Formats: sequence, structure tokens, C-alpha cells
Amino acid sequence: MSEMTKEQTEALIQEVLEVYPEKAQKERAKHLTVNDQSVEKSSKCITSNRKSLPGVMTIRGCAYAGSKGVVWGPVKDMVHVSHGPVGCGQYSRAGRRNYYVGNTGVDTFGTMNFTSDFQEKDIVFGGDKKLAKIVDEIDMLFPLAKGISIQSECPIGLIGDDIEAVAKTKSKETGKTIVPVRCEGFRGVSQSLGHHIANDAIRDWVIDPATGKEFASTEYDVTIIGDYNIGGDAWASRILLEEMGLRVIAQWSGDGTLAEMENTPKAKLNLLHCYRSMNYISRYMEEKFGVPWMEYNFFGPTKIEESLRAIAAQFDDKIKEGAERVIEKYKPQWQAVVDKYRPRLEGKRVMLYVGGLRPRHIIGAYEDLGMEVVGTGYEFAHNDDYDRTINEMGNATLIYDDVTGYEFEEFVKRVKPDLIGSGIKEKYIFQKMGIPFRQMHSWDYSGPYHGYDGFAIFARDMDMTLNNPCWDSMTPPWKKLGEETAIAAE
Amino acid sequence: MALRQCAIYGKGGIGKSTTTQNLVAGLAELGKKVMIVGCDPKADSTRLILHAKAQTTIMHLAAEAGSVEDLELEDVLKVGFGDIKCVESGGPEPGVGCAGRGVITAINFLEEEGAYEDDLDFVFYDVLGDVVCGGFAMPIRENKAQEIYIVCSGEMMAMYAANNISKGIVKYANSGSVRLAGLICNSRNTDREDELIEALAAKLGTRMIHFVPRDNVVQHAEIRRMTVIEYDPKAKQAQEYRDLAQKIIDNDRFVIPEPISMDDLEDLLMEFGIMEVEDESIVGKAADSAVA
Repeated sequence: MSEMTKEQTEALIQEVLEVYPEKAQKERAKHLTVNDQSVEKSSKCITSNRKSLPGVMTIRGCAYAGSKGVVWGPVKDMVHVSHGPVGCGQYSRAGRRNYYVGNTGVDTFGTMNFTSDFQEKDIVFGGDKKLAKIVDEIDMLFPLAKGISIQSECPIGLIGDDIEAVAKTKSKETGKTIVPVRCEGFRGVSQSLGHHIANDAIRDWVIDPATGKEFASTEYDVTIIGDYNIGGDAWASRILLEEMGLRVIAQWSGDGTLAEMENTPKAKLNLLHCYRSMNYISRYMEEKFGVPWMEYNFFGPTKIEESLRAIAAQFDDKIKEGAERVIEKYKPQWQAVVDKYRPRLEGKRVMLYVGGLRPRHIIGAYEDLGMEVVGTGYEFAHNDDYDRTINEMGNATLIYDDVTGYEFEEFVKRVKPDLIGSGIKEKYIFQKMGIPFRQMHSWDYSGPYHGYDGFAIFARDMDMTLNNPCWDSMTPPWKKLGEETAIAAE
Repeated sequence: MALRQCAIYGKGGIGKSTTTQNLVAGLAELGKKVMIVGCDPKADSTRLILHAKAQTTIMHLAAEAGSVEDLELEDVLKVGFGDIKCVESGGPEPGVGCAGRGVITAINFLEEEGAYEDDLDFVFYDVLGDVVCGGFAMPIRENKAQEIYIVCSGEMMAMYAANNISKGIVKYANSGSVRLAGLICNSRNTDREDELIEALAAKLGTRMIHFVPRDNVVQHAEIRRMTVIEYDPKAKQAQEYRDLAQKIIDNDRFVIPEPISMDDLEDLLMEFGIMEVEDESIVGKAADSAVA
């Protein structure tokens, strides 16, 4: 299918909305729009961060997912206790592929599940005594754990367990950082509030208490914030910063540690990849400690070059030269990738529907391969995310917020993209519709996709999926035969 | 005789537990087989029958044993005066956990263990004063209590509470068999108390089933952790509780109540001089804003 005009895209949205009851139609209409680069403020064309409608198949998660799954979970040398019944912890265990270095169960705990495994009696009598016991047991069994976070599941907010009191008492007794996080799943409209609550908990229970700790700073200290090291993303980013002469003193939170979080206010500059999930703590460190922050994008060579230069511009000539050196060094590497894959991917059209930063950040990487993103959307964005998206997307492309299962399918049927990038819940539906699909949360068990190293893997994966011979076998032989016969008969 | 399940509701401190235990003692005297299920974390619904400070509760035993599934019926069921069977659901200290869930868990346990299958005539649920969440509505939900008695007095807040409880009954009456069976007036010696409660009962579509006068003998008995019927069977008050018991045995007027509006309730209170006629001109005016 060829390019759609603005009018065609608008008509498509109208058509898709038609099946809804009037009230739902009115509500959903605010979340769907046709991109127009001349619009300065996204609030003029799209509404976001609102409660999903009952009955639609929303793809969102909850506040617990935002705190435990995203922000806290990857902090590798702390034990994260899922406080409540067993399911939340077990079904979110090790699913996000936050790689880390360490001896699991000894000094790192990333892929393990710790839970207070609530029973009836814990609901009735409260779980705080059990929680205190769990803290003691963790302290005894895992002496190398640097701290504990308490991730509240829904019942904690209902029965009012005083997890703050337990954290304070036990922190004094054990001498370790213990962080209570009030991220009950029913709070807010999506995982987004969980990010904010988790950021606030880091502020109150990690950053502030650690103020004044000694640290030997250098002029070139930076941090990586909002990189969860999925498939090793943060590692592929870190080497570029280090090669240009910077010192990365903290990674948040992929392969990160408690000490790194504590040291972060000592940095000269905080580099923020996922704005949505960690802008809160970045702003706080700017206000309280005067640490500036800037966003960057390490997907695809064009954006990487832009970002490296923008980062270097914050430092002296030594770093600026370092950035140019890095850019030069990797040029042949990524050029070879583009030369190999671009001819195989040129002109292919992509639709995305992901989470925090990828719906806009990956667009450049696709464009480096000659591909075009014709539709994009976020599960849990706010309007500042859409403000950052408008200029990345072409005019008349589709933008959808908190898209429903039905809308996404209908859009795909009409737009007919060559590739879809979204999550595990969407994957098999679209594959069965015969459309190549990549998981853009977990990188489909591949990665990293960040940095120059990541770009090579990204390009290979897109090619592997798009040009897989299986897509030619979607029509069964007997139907093919029928077609040929019919054609022959004509 | 088929098992009749009754629940006693009413404002906190109105005397639900005392009234329940005395009337249940009256039923036992009349040869009825009765069980009391205390649905209050304070667990003071059976002390007058068992002569005990507080019975060990289902939830307490469940917490000790690990879970409620580890308990047997005989662990939680105690028998007291007049062969009255007693259980307490129990629950947390004030300020922690979820007492409502405790009631739900305990009542489900009693059902699963067949506590109601013996040849009982009556089960009485004695429920925490203010219905604060779904857990405390458990006794009036599906297949539990069918008859609700509300204990009240001629005091304004007690009547507010009675009206609110009626609203709760309506909610479940429409989907189940729960009905309002009457008001029990536990006298506070306010003026024209019996007439007032009769008037309220009429407005709610029910009746005042009995007027229990105030008598110090109740306190004397309570100090000894006894019901009046056991402590002083010849006392006049003992006869009052026997009368109440007999009226409950004979009762067949079970209605879906018609709760009244706040305005109607206030009109009623004004009619009986409990509430002053409101002067709208002073509403929201502070002391220093002198009348012009």
C-alpha cells in the first residue's frame, strides 16, 4: 500500500472508532491522531495518561510493574521483596532481560524472586511482622546484599501495612539500606505512576540519606540514567562514553548497584535515555545538587552521532575531540552494516507500539536502514513524550495512545506495514496475520540494540525477521494451486 | 424446625453483645439449640455465655496453626450456658491488617466445616458496630443470615445507624433472602423512647419487636461474666429477655426495609423534640461574625 494522505489517515481513524459505543468513541478519539509536524504542542492533538476504558484490551501494566519491574528490579546488589501474595513476584521474575554481572544468589539477585507470599492470616493480621522476619532472613542468608527494597502489591495498600516503620527499624538493626515502596498496582492509570513512586523512593531513601558520603570526583564524571541494560544495552552505550574520555560513575538501573545510585549526585552530567521512567529523579538532582541532565539517543548511527556531539558539547575540547574520534572509529563498522542490510530493507514500512522511549527513539535507527515508521504509540506516555515524538514522525502518519487490541489490529489491516514492533502479547496475533513482528520490549531474546554494536544486531534482526522465507509460505499450497489454475483458465 | 440464621446489627456501644447473649440465653431456656458467631475483632460476643474473658478466636488459631485449613471445628467451638455453642471470628488489633477479611474467612470456615449442620434452631451473628467494609456485611450476604435485628435506642446517632443499616439490607435483600425482622430498643431512658422507636420502625416498614428497659442488674451480671438469666433468673429483667426470645421465636414479619431520607429522619427527631428546628441563617457563621 502506498503512502496515506492526511485525509485518508483521518478517515481511517473515524472508521475504526465507529464500532465503539458513543461514550467510548468520544473518549478514544482523543487518543488517536494524525501526525502534523506544524503542531507545536501535542496537547492540541492528543490526550494521554488517562484511565483505560473498561472492556477494551489495553496493553498497559500497573504501578507495581513500573516500580519493581522497571526501576528497582535491575538494581542488582539489592534484594527486592514483592510484598503480598506470590503471583506478582513470580510472574514478573527475570522476564525483562536486564543483564548483569555477578554471582546470582551471592552478591547479585537480579533473576531471583523474593516474596512475602501472603496467606489469609497475613491479610487479616497484617504482614508487617512477617516482613520484619523476611528482612532478618535475607540479612542472614545473603550477607552480601547491600540493601532491600519492599515492593508493595495491591493488598498492602488495602490493609495498610506500615512498611515504612519496618524499613526504619530494620535498617537501624542491620545497618543496611531498606526502602519501602508504595507501588500498589491499583494506583494510577498505568505503570507510569509506578516509575514516579519508585523515583521518589530513591530520592527519599537512597539519595538523601547518602548526601555527604565521600567520593573522589573527576571533571569527566557522567551517569547513564534510564537504561535497563536489556540484552546488554547499557554496556554497548557505556563503552562509547568511556572511549570519548568520560567516566561513567553510575548506571541506572540496568547492571546498576546501590552505591552507584548513591554516588550519582556527584556526577557532572546525568545522561537520560528513558525520559519517561527517570525524568523525576533527574530533575530532583538538578534542583537539589545542581547536576544538569540531558536526553540522548543511542539507537542507530545518525542519532548516536548527534548525541555524542551534544554530550561532548557539555565538556572541554578533550572530550569533543574524543567524540569525533569515536565517531570516526565506528564509521566503517556501521557503514558496513548499512551497506549490507539497507538494500534488503529499503522502503519497508514499520508500525511501533511500545513503552517509555522506544516509540520515538528507534525511528532514527529504522531510517538509517532506509525504513520508515508509519505509525507509533505509547502504552503509558504523558504529553511531554508526544511533544518529543511529533518531529520524529513524518506528516500524516498515525499516532495512537494506549491503543486497544481492536484498534491496533484494524490499523494494521489498513496500513499494511511490512513489520510491527511491539510486545509479547501482540506478537502472535500479528504473526498469525502473516506480518513479520519483532518484540521491542525484550528485543526478542536478542540485543543489545543500543550503540554501534547494538545497531549491527538490530539491523541483522530486522532483516532476519522481514526477509524470513516463512512469510512466502503463508498461503497453503492448495490455495496457491487454485490461484494458478484460475489464472491459467482466464 | 428449620435453622433460622439471625444477625444483630446496631451502632457501636449500643449493647448488641449484651442483648444478644441475654436473649440467646432466653432461647436456650426455652429449649432451643443456639449458636453465637461473634463477628468482631474484639471477640466479646460470647463472654457472658462462656464465663470467659475472651474466647480464643478462629483467626487467632488459624494464624498459630498456619492457615484456617489446618483447623478442626472442635478447636474453635466452645459450649457454654444452656448448651449454647460459641465461636468468635476474631481479627487483628486496631490499626493493622484487615478485620473484614477475618470475618469472611471465619464464616466460610464454619460453613465448610459443617458447623450449621447439627440440629441447630438458631444461629446469631453478633456484628461489629459500624459496617465499615464488605467483610462485615458477610453475615447478610448470600445464604447467611436471613433475619436482621437492629439494636437501637432513642438517641439520635443510634437511629441514624439503624437507618443506614437498613440501606445495607436493601442492597442485599434485592439479590437474596435477607430481610429486616425488627428493631430491638435497648433503652437509654430518653423521653418517649418507645413511641419514637415505634415511629421509626413504622417508617422503615418494620416494627419494634421489644422494648428492653434499662436495669442495673445487667451490669451486675456482666461483672460476673454472666447473662441476667443465669445470674438472677427471677429478676424482672430476665423476664424481659425471655419475652424478647419468645417474640423472636414467634416472629414471622420479615420485610425489605424502606430506609428514609435524612430529611425525613430529622423531621421525626424534631417531632419528638430530640433535635431543634434548624435555623438556616446561622449555618456556617463563626462566633465573631456578629448578627447584623
